[in-house]
This record gives sequence, structure tokens and C-alpha cells, in this order.
Amino acid sequence: MSRPVLDVRDLTKTYGDGPTAVHALRGVTLTVPRGEYLAIMGSSGSGKSTLMNILGALDVPTTGSYRLDGVDVSRLVDRQLALARNRLIGFVFQAFNLIPRTTALANVELPLAYAGIKAKVRRRRALDALDLVGLADRARHEPNQLSGGQQQRVAVARALVTEPALLLADEPTGNLDTRSTEDILDVFDQLSADGRTIVLITHEKEVGDRAGRLIRLVDGQVVTDVRQQAHR
Amino acid sequence: MSVGEVVRFALRGLSANKLRSALTMLGILIGVAAVILLVAVGNGSAQAVASRIEALGTNTVTVLGTGRGATLTLPIASALSDPVLAPDVASVSPVVSASATLTYDGTDHDVNSFVGTTPGWFTASNTPVGQGAAFTADDEAQGRRVVVIGQTVAEELFPGVDPIDQQVTVGGALFTVIGVLAAKSSTGFQDSNDTAVAPLTAVRQVLTGYGALNSILVEAASPGRVSAVQSQVASILDQRLGVTAGDTAPYRIQNASQLLETQTETADTFTALLGAVAAISLLVGGIGITNIMLVTVTERTREIGIRKALGAPRRTVLTQFLIEATLLSVIGGALGVLAALIGSRFEIVGVRPVIVPSSVALALGVSIAIGLFFGGLPAARAARLRPIDALRYE
Repeated sequence: MSRPVLDVRDLTKTYGDGPTAVHALRGVTLTVPRGEYLAIMGSSGSGKSTLMNILGALDVPTTGSYRLDGVDVSRLVDRQLALARNRLIGFVFQAFNLIPRTTALANVELPLAYAGIKAKVRRRRALDALDLVGLADRARHEPNQLSGGQQQRVAVARALVTEPALLLADEPTGNLDTRSTEDILDVFDQLSADGRTIVLITHEKEVGDRAGRLIRLVDGQVVTDVRQQAHR
Repeated sequence: MSVGEVVRFALRGLSANKLRSALTMLGILIGVAAVILLVAVGNGSAQAVASRIEALGTNTVTVLGTGRGATLTLPIASALSDPVLAPDVASVSPVVSASATLTYDGTDHDVNSFVGTTPGWFTASNTPVGQGAAFTADDEAQGRRVVVIGQTVAEELFPGVDPIDQQVTVGGALFTVIGVLAAKSSTGFQDSNDTAVAPLTAVRQVLTGYGALNSILVEAASPGRVSAVQSQVASILDQRLGVTAGDTAPYRIQNASQLLETQTETADTFTALLGAVAAISLLVGGIGITNIMLVTVTERTREIGIRKALGAPRRTVLTQFLIEATLLSVIGGALGVLAALIGSRFEIVGVRPVIVPSSVALALGVSIAIGLFFGGLPAARAARLRPIDALRYE
């Protein structure tokens, strides 16, 4: 079996110290093989956002090791972290986080630009990614000219465009209505079917049910970890 | 990631906020243009004063009577042209002047200084005749009623008419116009072209009477001998007027180059004052830049977080914001210089501004430095934030 995309061992994260310290994660161990569609569920305060930030190399764990596609992320310095985020991870945020007053195409091109890819190649790949999420005809629109669902699909295209090892989605449907949620989840299903590794964080049961594996997090610890038949 | 790419990002960042970018540039533009233009006005007025004084002739001294009664008389004036006691004196021109009304063909014109003098005055006072001729020593000796008028007088009394050989009435006597003075650069409060010059004898007879002279214009042989002339004139006058050491002399000797010096000092003070006002406006402009930059970066902290999450290294983010700040201040500053250059082509409150190159460099340098520093500082802070904190920033 090839090496896992995510290999997390005994991860802890503590904010503050002394008697007021908050233990957001209390020893999370997790292995995600390539091509898996994993949902992490938990109520607010369960530590799922902290886990997501560490998995996304946006934050560093207090103790424990974290290997992303074989790279020990917890040992990287700022510059290398930036590189890891660019090459290995594609983010989808709850709040879309598109750059305002910038076209969908330019938004999708951005990670490729930071990867140092030439403008022509960039454009083609960005258009392909937009096509994949069904927004090729909206390439020239700015975020405020797009609906929430469309914005999130642009964000998905932006996450995909670098062909990352891991697609990381933090409550991607949290700000969307039922129909847009359906659109985004369909895109994820399709990506999963194409063999992408997806880690999705959510608190909505119907979103978690779509994934092939479901982890429940309570008080910074994994309480259940089940493989399931995805519902459609 | 290439530099060209970062510049493109910066340009996109600026054009995404057109109004704000334009307003920031306007602030810098006004600051820079104000400094350059105000200093140029100060400098221009200083140069105007200097050229006006130089036009009076820098190799002359003027003797003015200050005491009561007839201090300066014609015999004293002639005593000054003494090759033994005053070897450096080239010429002496006694001067009387009065205000008078010139009338021609029913039109009146008041001149402030109707000057009566000798022919040597024209060269000594650096007042050449433009059209016609000056009066001669013979005219002066005979007391002929001839007059040379200034440009303004010619325009007022003789619109469309050749003034030469026309007769004007002054103080009830007829004077024949024999010449028109060449136009003199006149800036400031007095119109130096609004004058008329006639033989001393005629003016005394008609206007001023045979009292004291108003002044005596003494020309030195060369500009370097002016102070020598001044002391020679003083010793002759002291002797003539019976002034002993310790007494206050009943006359005053004015030296054009001294006058030039004091005037230049005044003008320099003026320039410094204007410069200070302008510097304040540049400072205010700079605070404006600082403000906008702070707001821009703070507002875009989330954007910085997004960029970092997408894999932008700290240096790239910082470079983008620095280039944005630099472009704003450089373009704003350059437009300010342009505005100042255009503005300096026009007269401002009667002064023709003369650009001081160092003020251009200073204004541009200060505005760029402010832009870089206050654009770079918050950008550096934001770029150092962990992406997760930047993303959460509201």
C-alpha cells in the first residue's frame, strides 16, 4: 500500500498555559490513505477547527507528529510551510475567502502564480478547474457578481487547480442554502470518484453522511471512526 | 515567483480600489506640488527683487537729505564731482522729483515721480531711452521744456498716437515729448514705467521751485569702487555741511548693493516661511498617506491570510504591498512635480515662480519615504501574522 496522505500521531494542541490552559486537542491519531473521502464531525468546541488548521499547515501542534504526504509538517519553517500549503493542500473555507474585486479566473490562478507557473499554462489550468466545477462561463465575474454557491465552487476550483495531495474543506456548506449545498456536495462526490483525497469538516449530519468515512470528535479526542456506505 | 508577477499583483491591487488609490495619490500630489510651488514663488519673488534692484544700477550710491531745510543743494552736488577728493566718482546727477499731472488733448494722467535731473542720470540709473532721444546738457543748461516719458505714460496719454514731438501740459507749462523710456521690468507695488524725466532747470522752474534737491545720484567708475565712492562722498559732504565727528549727519547714503543684500535677506526669510508652510502641507499629506496605508493593510489582513493559505511566502506578500505603496507615492509624487511644473508657468500673486531643484528632490523624497515606511510597516506586520490569525481577522 502506498504511503498515507495524512499520518497524524498523538496530536495535542494547548492554548495558553498554567491553570487557564485550554486543551483543544488531546491526542488525536489518524491515518488517511490516498483517495479517501473523510468527514470529521463534532459540535463546536470539539476541536475540529483546531485540527483542521493543523492539518492545513496554518497552525502548528503543541506535541505530536504530522506527516502530510510523507513530509513532517510540524518541523517546517515559515517558508517551507508556505510551499507545503501551496503544493500539498487545497483549501475550501466556510466563508469562501475569495479575493474581492478580482475575477474568478484570477482567483483560481492565484495558487498557480505562487507556485511560479507561467501565465499561459496557468490560464489553461485555471479554466479547466473552473470547467470541472461547472463555472467556465463565469470566469470573468468578480466574487460579488456570483451567488454563494457559485463563489464556493470557485473556491473549490481554486483548491483543485494545483492538483494537491489533500483537499481540505472547513464547513464548506456552512454559509450555503440547501440547493447550493447539494451543488457543492455533488462536486465533492465527483472529485472523490475521481480518486481525490478529501477531508471535510462539518457539523451537519447530512453532509457527513455523504463521506466514505466518518470521524466524530468530542473534547479534542476521536470517539468514533466508522467506514460507511455513502448516502446519496 | 517573478518580480514582474508581483508588480502585476500590486497593479491589480491598486486598480481594485480605484477611488482610494486616486485619493491617496491626490493627497501626495497636493503635498508635493505645494512644497515645490511655494518654494518656487518665494524664490521667484527673491529673484524679482534682486533684478529690480540691479536695474537701479549696482554701481551707484544715492545721497538723500534727512535734515530739515535745504541740505542738498546744487553747489553741493557739483562739489561731489571732484577729481581730487573723489577720484572714483564717474558722474553726479542731482535729482528733484514731484508728483504732477500731465495733460494731453483733454486727457489727464498723474505721474508719481516727475523727475528733474541732468543727462548723466539716464546712464547712471540704468534707464535707457527706447524711442526718440534723451535731453542733452544744452537742453538742461537752457532750461528747455522737453520731457522723456515712461511707457505707462505713453500708453495712457497717447493711445495709438506717436508721442514724439507732441506737447503735454505740466503745471501750467507746455513740455515737448522728445523720447519714451525703454520698458523697465516692474514687479511689486510701484510701476517704474509710470514716470517722466525732464531737465533739472525746467522742473525746478515749473514744479518744484529752487529749494533743496531730493537726492543726488552718484555713479562709481566701476562696481568694485562703490564703497570707495561712498566714503569719498561722505567726507566731502561732512566737510561741506560742517558735520563733526559724533554728530548725526543730515544726509543718508544709500548703496544699491547694500540694499540688494538686505532685500535678498528679506526674500530668503520669505522663502523659508513659505517653505515651512509647504512642509506642513507635505506633513499633512504624509499623515494622509499613512492613514490610507494603515487602513488599506488592516482592511486587507484577511486577504493577506487568504494569500498565505494559498501558499504565498511572507516575502511575496510583503513585496506586493511595498510595491503598491511605492507606486502610489511615486506616481502621486511625479504627478505633483508635474502639477508644480505646470503651475510655475503662470504668475502667482504677481510673482513668476522659479523652481528650486532641491525642493523637487526633497518633496519627492519625503513623500516616497513616508509612503514606503507607513505602507511597509503595517504590511510587514500583517505578513508576519500566522495565516490562521490573518484569516480570522475582522
